[in-house]
Amino acid sequence: MITFIPRDKVSKNWTIIGPILSIFLTVFFGLLIFTFLGYNPLETLYQIFLSPFSRIDRISDIFVKACPLIIVGIGLMLCFRANVWNIGAEGQFIIGTLLAGSFALLFPSIETKFFIFIMIVIGFIGGALWAFIPAILKTKLNVNEILVSLMLVYVAMLFIDFIVRGPLRDPMSFGFPLSKPYPEGAIINKIPFPGIGYLGQLHYGILFIILLIPISWLFVNKTLSGFKINVLGAAPKAAKFAGFKQNTITITVLLISGGLAGVAGVIEVSANIGQLQPEVSFGYGFTAIIVAFLGRLNPVGILFAGIIIATVKLGADNAQMSMGIPKVVTGLFEGILLFFLLTGETLQKYKIKWSKVT
Amino acid sequence: MDALILTIIATSIPLLLAATGELITEKSGVLNLGVEGMMLSGAVGALGAVLWLGNPYFGIIAGALSGIFMASIFSIFTINFMTNQVATGLGLTIFATGLTGLAGAPLVGKTVPSLPKIEIFLLSDIPFVGEILFKQDFIAYLSIAIIIFITYFLKYSKSGIVLRAVGDDHQSAHSVGYPVKKIRWYATCFGGMCAGIGGAYIPLVLTPHWSEGMTAGRGWIALALVVFASWIPWRIIVGALIFGGITIAQLVGQARGWPIPSQILSMMPYLATIVALTMISGRISKNNSVVPASLGKPFFDTQ
Repeated sequence: MITFIPRDKVSKNWTIIGPILSIFLTVFFGLLIFTFLGYNPLETLYQIFLSPFSRIDRISDIFVKACPLIIVGIGLMLCFRANVWNIGAEGQFIIGTLLAGSFALLFPSIETKFFIFIMIVIGFIGGALWAFIPAILKTKLNVNEILVSLMLVYVAMLFIDFIVRGPLRDPMSFGFPLSKPYPEGAIINKIPFPGIGYLGQLHYGILFIILLIPISWLFVNKTLSGFKINVLGAAPKAAKFAGFKQNTITITVLLISGGLAGVAGVIEVSANIGQLQPEVSFGYGFTAIIVAFLGRLNPVGILFAGIIIATVKLGADNAQMSMGIPKVVTGLFEGILLFFLLTGETLQKYKIKWSKVT
Repeated sequence: MDALILTIIATSIPLLLAATGELITEKSGVLNLGVEGMMLSGAVGALGAVLWLGNPYFGIIAGALSGIFMASIFSIFTINFMTNQVATGLGLTIFATGLTGLAGAPLVGKTVPSLPKIEIFLLSDIPFVGEILFKQDFIAYLSIAIIIFITYFLKYSKSGIVLRAVGDDHQSAHSVGYPVKKIRWYATCFGGMCAGIGGAYIPLVLTPHWSEGMTAGRGWIALALVVFASWIPWRIIVGALIFGGITIAQLVGQARGWPIPSQILSMMPYLATIVALTMISGRISKNNSVVPASLGKPFFDTQ
């Protein structure tokens, strides 16, 4: 029999060991399932976890793939810290992209160097608006934000599909559901490296992350608002007693996370796709939930978590091409990883005691 | 008209089953957000079993077992390892999406025979009503039986009262000597079984082949139905039929060429869920007693 005994204080060791051990256990159990279903475990291991590191351009593509995950993950970090369960980032990503993309397609003649920055702002507003729906329903009418934000994902997917096949469809697209290409100013360029040229798809959008990580770190660790968010999540009664306005905090974290999801969408599409299409997200909004947890709801952790998860995503792409494994298998690893990470959180707070069954 | 009502009933059965199972799980104080994942597992399990063994009834058993398997994973982590229920439930759905994608890959493009209709002697000859109520398949009858059973179980049986006690105040239930963890395990697995059968219904009756993520959010709508029903079993029937009706109405609209874009029509079930939740939640927050008081809270076993 296993029994848990509460620790006097949260174990520092487990904070570090937890995620690392979780990753190893996830790889082990994941491969066990693959073996059970008749795949070669060594080849799977190579394709999913190692092949993304096999070439320099592939390595830079990891950062490209990690970019939207990290941006969305940072936003979700704020929500989860405040115990607000926004699981609809996928929808906020789509609506932010759609609003900014529509702007770019409808007003391409605005000649300004700051075109892409205007798009990013519009993307933020779009995502925040989509997150405002669960926020207002939660705070005014006590409607569960999990279900509302998730339902809005389906609505957003159908809505962008309608826009791209209808009003914004390019008449020259030969029947494909695609918008016109973005104007010049709406494109985020690849970074040229002197002497080497481009490194995979590595683009200037990465700079946004370099800004976002320190700002969000300062926000959660050094500001009063960041402190209030933490208290609300960890000890809601204390927050109430201290007179923190719970509703204001709930709305704020939802708006910021929705906004960041929208920004992630703008950067992703402007850098990698360059036009609107029915599918713009490929599950980034859902995967970012895992990224936020793997990063222990901490900006620097999320940076590393984004890179790790992006590796697996790219590995799964490779595995699909070489082994015919469906892409969705990344979910298998993500789910197992989340289970072990959460168990690690329990072990931070409790000691295990083994005893004989009597 | 008969045909339309029959399709509405068929569409609502997966929702009805999954929501009923989740109701029992939540009554024990466990919030399992993995319903969508358990339904997907039920669907793939049922398809696999029917393709392998040939008889659609094995699909029901396989669906139930797949759901129970997923619910056990959830139980190990949330009940024994005391992990956060919301996050674990999300994890379960993500995990199941991956696992079913992998397990379902070899099934793509294969069709299964559908579950036969069972005519009930004499009753099925009643005009109109007989056609609708007494010429259904086994799962349809089963789901009504389950609703009747749990209504009785929760209200009149001793075990049902213990289950509610565990969900309302796990510490007191524990001090009186009830095995909180064991009861929650059973309740969660019952929820998994119902969601699994509900998921199995999709390939066995609605669309007889596998496609990735074929539950299309039904698990989440089922979760919303539990709130909509204010945790009262018979109200789930009403809610499920309303959602079935909306789903079919938008399909009919698309087929008849209503002047509304098909995507906007397809949004209806999801928008209706938000509207329904909004209408009910305001009332629930005034009368909190319908919500199991320990819902979502991990139980720490002090010995």
